[in-house]
Amino acid sequence: MFGETLLLTAKLAFWTTVILLLIGLPVACFLAYCRFKIKAFVEALISMPMVLPPTVIGYYILVAYSPQRAFGGWLERVFDVRLAFSFEGVLTASIIFGLPFMIQPLQNGLLQLPDSLREASYTLGKSKTATFFRVLLPNIKPSVVTAVALTFAHSIGEFGIVLMVGGNMPGETRVASIAIYDEVQALNYDTANQYALTLFLVSLAILTVIYSVKQKPLL
Amino acid sequence: MLTIDIQRKMLTADGEKTLRLNVEILDRQLVCLFGKSGAGKTTALRMLAGLTKPDAGIIRFDDKLWFSSAQKINVCPQARDVGYMFQDYALFPNMTVEQNIRYGQLIQNQSEVENLLTLFDLVQLRRQKPLRLSGGQKQRCALARALARKPKLLLLDEPLSSLDEEMRFALQDEILKAHRHLGVTTLMISHDRTEIDRMADFVISIVKGECEVAAFTGRVS
Repeated sequence: MFGETLLLTAKLAFWTTVILLLIGLPVACFLAYCRFKIKAFVEALISMPMVLPPTVIGYYILVAYSPQRAFGGWLERVFDVRLAFSFEGVLTASIIFGLPFMIQPLQNGLLQLPDSLREASYTLGKSKTATFFRVLLPNIKPSVVTAVALTFAHSIGEFGIVLMVGGNMPGETRVASIAIYDEVQALNYDTANQYALTLFLVSLAILTVIYSVKQKPLL
Repeated sequence: MLTIDIQRKMLTADGEKTLRLNVEILDRQLVCLFGKSGAGKTTALRMLAGLTKPDAGIIRFDDKLWFSSAQKINVCPQARDVGYMFQDYALFPNMTVEQNIRYGQLIQNQSEVENLLTLFDLVQLRRQKPLRLSGGQKQRCALARALARKPKLLLLDEPLSSLDEEMRFALQDEILKAHRHLGVTTLMISHDRTEIDRMADFVISIVKGECEVAAFTGRVS
């Protein structure tokens, strides 16, 4: 039980981070280098999870998943999938909730690079894609490490949104933060303590990595 | 031959002005751009490289049209065959001296990398990252990188401004050496009259947004 819950927690955090990295890199690049009319609005939208209680976003996501609604109904008709109270549903919610933690450090990292690096690469005949992977990305390594670690740590610590969207199903949606709450309710303080200590130590280790990277640029 | 006839609105300390450039530069010439700071020298180079878009006019290099407002042509920097040396050198911090130069090549060719390393006295420094280089070493590396793609046109944005006199003299020689060795048409921004006298075939002076071919210097080509 204990191992299964921790494994599920790690699985959720891992996939959230991997998928968010793939989404976050192009989005951060777009936000850093393109100007468009509703940019401020898009940036505000992405940052919403940082200020709203997780229950608010969890509520909207849960409503959207409902087969009676357009999105949930479409998912059921086309893919025969119901996201509410499933691992995939929690993963999707976790990705939406983690957006600012991935995108903001990446975007800031790109903005701190001098424009001349990009322009030099263009004058050397290299495409935008080649420039991104060979010049920009390697020079924002500390930001990438921060974004990945922050996203991972944050999705380990998620509580409200997982509870709203996923409930408490062992092996499917019961992650460590929810297990703690559940064990305390059942007065199993020893098990709760095991979960709590594990989460505390893992998060501390991740944040230590972030701060040590910030001290020494990886260049 | 490089034919330039372009204009662009600029915001300067004295309000909005139009920068006009109208000049023809022959193959293998070395031309200096001269003018007060904020006169539009860097903007002029950037327009030639395709990094800044002129408001109107044409830029033609040999028989290739790089920019034409009438025909709505604006060739991207990648396709312009220029080597551009930035004022801050813009060396890639994640690459060594050798990797920076190799990155500039369109077709990988190690023996040409070796030639450039030798020409600019960078052989000992080939495995160093730019962060560890002195100003003069960075400048040589940036120059070698700009030449690695074998450009037809070399654009140098105040390459020597931050250097002491001795170093500047040595690097003027490097630029002349590269210019002669590789036969590349060169435009460079300079503030220094002795430097201009020593290096340039002629000078384009930008005053209040207007350019004029100011003087033919006595350099022995």
